[in-house]
Amino acid sequence: MEGKANQPVIEFREVDYSLPSGRRLLHSLNLHVQRGETLVLLGRSGSGKTTTLKLINRLLSPTSGEVLVNGAPIGETDVIRLRRGIGYVIQDVGLFPHFSVERNIGLVPRIEGWPAQRIHERVEALLRMVGLDAEVAARYPHQLSGGQRQRVGVARALAADPEIVLMDEPFGALDALTRDQLQREFLELQRRLNKTVVFVTHDLREALRLGSRIALMDAGRLESVLSPEDFLRSSAPLPSALCKLLERV
Amino acid sequence: MRSLMDIFHFLLQNHEEILELTVEHLWLVGISTLLAVVIGIPLGIVSARWPVWNRPVLGIANIIQTVPSLALFGFLLPVPWIGARADRLAILALTLYALLPVIRNTYTGIRGVDPAVVEAGQGMGLTGTQLLFQVELPLAVSVILSGVRVAVVVSVGLATIAAAIGAGGLGEFIFRGLAMVNNQLILAGAIPAAVLALSADFGIGWLERRLKPR
Repeated sequence: MEGKANQPVIEFREVDYSLPSGRRLLHSLNLHVQRGETLVLLGRSGSGKTTTLKLINRLLSPTSGEVLVNGAPIGETDVIRLRRGIGYVIQDVGLFPHFSVERNIGLVPRIEGWPAQRIHERVEALLRMVGLDAEVAARYPHQLSGGQRQRVGVARALAADPEIVLMDEPFGALDALTRDQLQREFLELQRRLNKTVVFVTHDLREALRLGSRIALMDAGRLESVLSPEDFLRSSAPLPSALCKLLERV
Repeated sequence: MRSLMDIFHFLLQNHEEILELTVEHLWLVGISTLLAVVIGIPLGIVSARWPVWNRPVLGIANIIQTVPSLALFGFLLPVPWIGARADRLAILALTLYALLPVIRNTYTGIRGVDPAVVEAGQGMGLTGTQLLFQVELPLAVSVILSGVRVAVVVSVGLATIAAAIGAGGLGEFIFRGLAMVNNQLILAGAIPAAVLALSADFGIGWLERRLKPR
């Protein structure tokens, strides 16, 4: 792995994606995600952020071009293995309503055949990691608050210790205070775990706060990839227009 | 009041035959429901998974449903092996009728699972089979059961007509009563049939609520 230090963990090469109807959602996308960084995909609805994200765990497949994970084209790898090595967190969380929190978090380890004791310890450690009490483990999703649910969602994504974590507006449905707290915890966690994170949001503040780099998308095209500092200083039309909006509030 | 007592008396007097025909009735309904479940749930799963199958599968089940029951018995009469015995014929016809609610509810139940839950499952790397058995079917089970409940209740009623082709069951009393213009005889078939339908409705309804995911 040492020799590959400079190899991007995720790489898009000339990726196009069109719907079966022929509508093009993504135009020749080229993008690199480096090890341990948080790359934020920023853009308005319909800009292609979520499509880009889903191409990484092959919930969608490119119409042309290729996506590489650790240098290997993912079209040629086993999709189930690929996905189990990638944590996935979505806005609606998607916790299994018929499973307790413990079973939700421990599902991937369980189907990977971990011994029960190890799963149990892992679940406890993860709950602590995302700031939840151990007693939450026995509860069911409908007994949790929105913030708790999303914490469990994050814990579940981290369960099998994936190298990559994909997050699709994970804090979008939360109230402002809870969102702020979870963003803070995310930064804390990311400092400790150093995962390669791709984070989708339409919220510029969130992007500036969480991202190592911000990939700005518009109408299916990648506009620019900038660090938060450069983003704020940029004189390009779209970033500066967004930053002006930020000043107005 | 008198007539009510008479009926009660009649039921008591003939309890042995009533019991026998009830068991026969239950046999017809039970076997046909079992067959409908064994055939219908996989068909429902297939049409939920591969939408191309949805139209033909539900379409055929729908068409079967529109055939009047007596006519269906008639159509099935020339079928080899099946047509040879009245109970086989009745069971096949009842199975065909029970298919629609079972298929439709399996389809609806699986399709009704929260898309976010399915997406999360896929994204986590569940295989299609794991997703089906650990997520989709457990979450659809109460909807599927409600289809089975409808199938059973309808079958209990329909099975009375099976007596017309000599397959037995509580319809025996009803047809005998009709021929003899004897209301007591008709009720001796109709009352136990109604009790059967209501208890099946209640029993499966209870199970449905118990298994409903929160």
